Amino acid sequence: MKENLDISIEDYFQKVEELKNDGYEMMVDLTAIDWFRKKEPRFEVVVNFLSVSKNKRISIKVKLNDELTIPSITSLYPSANFYEREVFDMFGINFENHPDLTRILMPDDWVGHPLRKDYGTGRIPVQFKNAPKVD
Amino acid sequence: MMEENKDTVKDVDFWATNSEEGGWNISSTDEGSQKMLDQEDEVTTKIQMGSEVIDDYFIDDDISDDERMILNMGPQHPSTHGVLRLQVELEGEVVRRVQPVIGYLHTGMEKTGEELNYFQGPTNTTRMDYLSPFFNELVFSLATEKLLDIEVPDRASTIRILMTELNRISSHLVALATGGMDIGALSMMIFGFRERELILDFFEKTTGLRMNHNFIRPGGVAADLPDNWQKDIEKILKVIPEKLKDYDEMLLDNPIWQGRLKNVGILTTEECLAYGITGPSLRASGYAWDLRKMQPYSGIEKYEFDIPVFEEGDVFARWRIKVLEIFESLKIVEQAMGNMPKGPFKIQDKKITPPPRKRLDESMEALIHHFKIYTEGFKVPEGEVYTTVESPRGELGCFIVSDGSSKPYRMHVRGPSFCNLQALPVVMSDSPIADAVAAIASLDPVLGDVDR
Repeated sequence: MKENLDISIEDYFQKVEELKNDGYEMMVDLTAIDWFRKKEPRFEVVVNFLSVSKNKRISIKVKLNDELTIPSITSLYPSANFYEREVFDMFGINFENHPDLTRILMPDDWVGHPLRKDYGTGRIPVQFKNAPKVD
Repeated sequence: MMEENKDTVKDVDFWATNSEEGGWNISSTDEGSQKMLDQEDEVTTKIQMGSEVIDDYFIDDDISDDERMILNMGPQHPSTHGVLRLQVELEGEVVRRVQPVIGYLHTGMEKTGEELNYFQGPTNTTRMDYLSPFFNELVFSLATEKLLDIEVPDRASTIRILMTELNRISSHLVALATGGMDIGALSMMIFGFRERELILDFFEKTTGLRMNHNFIRPGGVAADLPDNWQKDIEKILKVIPEKLKDYDEMLLDNPIWQGRLKNVGILTTEECLAYGITGPSLRASGYAWDLRKMQPYSGIEKYEFDIPVFEEGDVFARWRIKVLEIFESLKIVEQAMGNMPKGPFKIQDKKITPPPRKRLDESMEALIHHFKIYTEGFKVPEGEVYTTVESPRGELGCFIVSDGSSKPYRMHVRGPSFCNLQALPVVMSDSPIADAVAAIASLDPVLGDVDR
């Protein structure tokens, strides 16, 4: 019922287009994995597709090169919009031709990408922005 | 009288009330704000408005700039169901464009999930979608069990189904209650929460907590059902259908209710598929897709129930489908109660299940074993897994990457609310602002699930 595919970054957009024509109507999930100091290349993007007409799932895995850039699939699947923004926010991966690639969960002026493995937990003290002075 | 009021309001400058003290810096109040919508290019607009799929957005050139304004709705707005903030571009009273701004409830739960071991994992995931905590626990447990390649006992599976379906009822009751309140049916608010209390009482009796139960864990469930649990379930099965009849009597043929909901906020099947919308909203748009039937989990294929489907795709259909799904869930609960198998409620695998409390006083080995599991957790073989369950809002998925240690290397939860929220601009655009509130309520987003 579920297939896994490893795709190179050059074939990625084309393969997604083929899947869409092949009857995979939904892109249900898009996320990334950071293999910091464990594997080369460091980042992988994982995309899950669902075909509701055939009751099948397929999962695509793309290894990124050092430029950390991957084509956006928002033009094929509008549902990728928020997911690509989330991956950009959390991992710092750029999506080419994304209409509005801004941070989605963290504040706009945030420094760093929290879900990277070299971003420690509890590193930043909790602070309320522009808190009024207490005399 | 009206004129006088207007003038007095005008004199107060809301933004500058604190500025004399020098505490609030006015220039930085635009923190987190995005580009104004009317300055955005065509591609962005297209994606936001859903015109990639079906183009129903036309800009009227005659409208003067005086009538166009950009309004912030939320994040502290009662009808946004939490801390959802919407940038709404209005022309008079018509919503033209919408941009959801989220992240106000972001607490980094996916990062926290990497710090907790598999045994502690459900404590974290249960807090994501706080209206349907059992589903979050279930999907995390199913993913872990798939990596471990184990099967839980029948009794555990049946308890899981019983609890999740009761949870679906309680979650839908909140959706009906708050949805009713947003539209102005205030009695609905009280009714929905009153009936939900019955179910929460049962949850409290079984798990110890009304929310965030941490009850379903990898390997089974935390505790057996309490004594005389059948009596409580029988009461739920008796009371809730009666009360649902009251709701129907009040609302179903009510001309005001119908007028507010029918032909409002329409989502077509194509839009649903393109924006990845699942769950009741997809079924209300005419596509019979339910993971309980199509990709069953925990043995739910053994139960007899129907999937209600509507063709209209409007707010009324999305409201009605939730009512009908409560009836279907009650059927499953009744069957689960009738066929509750006997036996253990946890897997009898010493690697995963801690020894019972009684054994700790008798056996040194049991004490060491207990200590090991609670401090180190259990190791999970390397691999990647994506499991799904049908939560009250749609497909809830859990993606776990294991590197062979006792903590997930990467834990990602595909929240249905996060995905469904993308369709909000499609639903809301070109409708009066009063209908927009009904549309948000019908999509039923839970912000804990959106921001995680």
